[in-house]
Amino acid sequence: MKLRYFAWVRERIGKPEEEIEPPAGIVTVGELIGWLRGRGDEYAHAFENPKVIRAAIDRAHVRPDTAIVGAREIAFFPPMTGG
Amino acid sequence: MTATVRLQREPFDAAAEAARLTRGRKDVGALVTFTGICRGEEQGSPLVAMTLEHYPGMAEAEIARHVEAAERRWPLLGVTVIHRYGRLEPGEEIVLVVTASSHRQDAFAAAEFLMDYLKTRAPFWKQVEYAGGKSWVDAKQSDDALADRWTRPAGRREAAE
Repeated sequence: MKLRYFAWVRERIGKPEEEIEPPAGIVTVGELIGWLRGRGDEYAHAFENPKVIRAAIDRAHVRPDTAIVGAREIAFFPPMTGG
Repeated sequence: MTATVRLQREPFDAAAEAARLTRGRKDVGALVTFTGICRGEEQGSPLVAMTLEHYPGMAEAEIARHVEAAERRWPLLGVTVIHRYGRLEPGEEIVLVVTASSHRQDAFAAAEFLMDYLKTRAPFWKQVEYAGGKSWVDAKQSDDALADRWTRPAGRREAAE
C-alpha cells in the first residue's frame, strides 16, 4: 500500500510518500503507526505523539481503530488548519 | 442547486463568483459571501508569508461532502467554495464561501457551517513564514468547538463560545 505524509509529518519523515508492506499482524491504523515508529528515528520523531496524528484511508478520515485491510492509500498528517 | 468547489493557486474574484449565483434568477433573496484573508501578523509577530499545503483529491472530496451536508440541512439555491493553496502574502485572499438562499438565516448558517468545517476537517495545513524562520500553525481548540456545535441537534445558528 501507499503511505502519504503531509505538513510536519512529511518534514520529519523526510519524504512525501512511500510504498510499504506491513507485517500480517498489523490490523488497525493505530497498530500501523506503532509499527512505523520502530522503523527509524525520523519515524519515531514524526509519530512521537500518536494522539495528535490524523489519518485517512483512500482519502476519507478514519479513526485509529479502523482496519487497514484493503487500503490502497493511507495518509498521516497533523490536525488540519485550513480555511 | 448550483454547487462549485475549486482549489487553485491563483487569486479569485469574490464579486464575480457571488454574481454568478444570482444571475438570471429571481428566487434568491439572500446571498452571503465570506472571504478569509491572510493577516499580516500571527500571535504578535509580523508575517512575511503563509504557505498552504493540501492533500489533492481528498481536499476536494471532503469539501464536496460538506457542501452536500449543507444542502441537506438548509434550503440552499447555490454554494461556491474556493480554497487557495501555495504561498500567500499578507492581504491576499485564502478562501471564499458563497451561499445563496431565499432567506438570510439559511444563507448565513450554511456559510458559517462550511467555514467551521473547512477549518477543522478539510486537509489543509498552514505554515507561516516570519523574518526569522518558518513554523506550522497549530490547530485551535476553539475551532474544534465551533465545528462541534453543528453536530448538536436543532440549533440553527447558536452563539459561539
